[in-house]
Amino acid sequence: MTVTDNMTRRILLVKLGVLFNACVGALLAIPILRYLLSPAVAGRKSSYQEWLTLGPLTQFPEGQTRLATFTNPGVQPWDGKTADSACWVRRIDANHLQVFAINCAHLGCPVRWFPQSGLFLCPCHGGAYYEDGSRASGPPERGLFEYAYKIQGGNLFIQAGELPTPGNPSASLTTIGKKLPCA
Amino acid sequence: MRLISQIAEWLDARLQLAGAIRETAEHPVPRQTASWFYVFGSGALVIFGMQVVTGILLALVYVPTAGEAWNSLQTLNHSITFGWYIRALHGWGSNFMVAVVLIHMVQVFFFGAYKFPRELTWIVGVFLLLMTLGMAFSGQVLRFDQDAFWGIGIGASISSRVPVLGPWIVHILLGGPIIAGATLSRFFALHVFLIPALLIGLVGLHLLMVLKLGINEWPMPGRIVRKSTYVLEYHELVEKDGVPFFPAAIWKDLLFGGFLLLLLALVAAYYGPFGPSGRPDPTIIQTAPRPDYFFLWLYALLSLLPPQMETPALLIGPVVVIAGLLLLPFLFGEGEKSWRRRPVAVLAIALVAVVLGTFTSLAGHAPWSPVMDAWSGAPVPQQFLRNRTALERQGALVFQLKQCHNCHALGDIGGRRGPALDSVALVQTKDQLIRQVIQGGGNMPAYGKNLSPAETTALVSFLETLHPAGQSPARDASRSLVSEPAPQTPGEPRP
Repeated sequence: MTVTDNMTRRILLVKLGVLFNACVGALLAIPILRYLLSPAVAGRKSSYQEWLTLGPLTQFPEGQTRLATFTNPGVQPWDGKTADSACWVRRIDANHLQVFAINCAHLGCPVRWFPQSGLFLCPCHGGAYYEDGSRASGPPERGLFEYAYKIQGGNLFIQAGELPTPGNPSASLTTIGKKLPCA
Repeated sequence: MRLISQIAEWLDARLQLAGAIRETAEHPVPRQTASWFYVFGSGALVIFGMQVVTGILLALVYVPTAGEAWNSLQTLNHSITFGWYIRALHGWGSNFMVAVVLIHMVQVFFFGAYKFPRELTWIVGVFLLLMTLGMAFSGQVLRFDQDAFWGIGIGASISSRVPVLGPWIVHILLGGPIIAGATLSRFFALHVFLIPALLIGLVGLHLLMVLKLGINEWPMPGRIVRKSTYVLEYHELVEKDGVPFFPAAIWKDLLFGGFLLLLLALVAAYYGPFGPSGRPDPTIIQTAPRPDYFFLWLYALLSLLPPQMETPALLIGPVVVIAGLLLLPFLFGEGEKSWRRRPVAVLAIALVAVVLGTFTSLAGHAPWSPVMDAWSGAPVPQQFLRNRTALERQGALVFQLKQCHNCHALGDIGGRRGPALDSVALVQTKDQLIRQVIQGGGNMPAYGKNLSPAETTALVSFLETLHPAGQSPARDASRSLVSEPAPQTPGEPRP
């Protein structure tokens, strides 16, 4: 056996070593990637939204828009106050409501309701919305995000649990078709 | 003394580093580069070292959970000896870091240091800049207060606009469906492990290339960079007119580094730590989140872009800017280095500086944000109420009650979202005012549904009084012909 033959054999063994490590690496990459991507995989995403109660319907007088808070599903003890979210509940009449996300449809800042002028105003970039959530002025490209709601046993429930964003308006998709004309 | 040199010899017999260190320290550099213009890179390194030290000190106390982070910052500020000062050093250090890195980058650009053969040094520098900004943003998130909480929301809203992948990116960014504990934990991992590790690695690479390729020589107008001859010319320059980096140049770096640290120490002691602002409770909506200083220009841009341009600008803009920076050394890798012969380069920097400066200064008073409490907190100034009729004063009340003051200033008080109304009667007739109030338009909401006819009449009659004394309000000439008797000139006989 010549020296060159010997080296060729060693190089083959090195290649085998690299290949072996690459295989083990690829095997390990599966759980690591699944772990990293877990917040976005379909199985978990389906559990993000649930029907959550906002309390008795009597808290929301007809013709008024009021702030309500709820605790998101699947929260952890160390989430502290960030487990909670707020929303605006507009009671149009006995059985018709609109529940708006607190987040501006522009970049998510919390909008405030001004009953005197019937407007939602955003403190960040100056977006404004009418009382029915439709866009009035400013940078937002659309109206406020709306949650689907239902009334059961005198309590108001909304389907929520996910931060609504312009690219993922979540709740509002489910209310298309149910949306009431401007009151 | 003998003992020290004995220990040093013992160590070097095993480490064998002394030769390499001496060679590195005394490597020759062109004489003119031992200059005060060449100290910003090492300045950034000094501040970075300071950030590592103060960051580790803060991590001794900080609790990276959504429920407790804010409380642990309060403890640092109020209960731990000099906790506030370490926070101030780290917070101001972040501002110093961004500033020094930007100055370094501008100097390098002006001196043509990105040209052949230092293209890769520049590219690594671009990534170092991006990581510095990443550290600044993730650091702001770790100061888990209201600004941080809603700031992540803005980040999520921007990311969500990426076509197709947007919602997935948001979930991975937040670590779940909402901004909560998982979000803070992953920003902690980014800020404390991932980005610093990459930063340290890339800083090492950046410095290695400065040593291997030599520091950029002082640019002379007319001395042209050519790939075929540059390396040879550079070596000739260093051999003919070189000085050892230690001690000829390093003393300036040391003095500047010390000056930066002293300035940081004084600024941190004088101004104190940043926040934290209000508790990160999403149900507290009485908040007006603002970004930290170096993102104010972005805040202004997001407010001023027309709505339909925003998503393309947000998604394409950064790609174009980063690609431009990365391609710069390949597009302009040869030619003049001196800024005296590169007017376009100078104008480009001037333009960028003016744009960023203007946006930052605009964001300082944010004219686009309504003043949310002007209607209840800022009264109509007296001069607009004196000698007014009851109806006009009623109109001033409507002006307050309907939150007009939140967006419109009177006598420099109130919002600036819409135009100031001090002399609105000069530019709009009564009919135009009524139409504007009821139908809105030009970025103003329509108030038709929320004003009774009586309120509209009162409001418009108040608005009609808003004109400087001695100048008559705008009038519709045709209307006076139809509905009002023509004004009489005294002494003229009646027809």
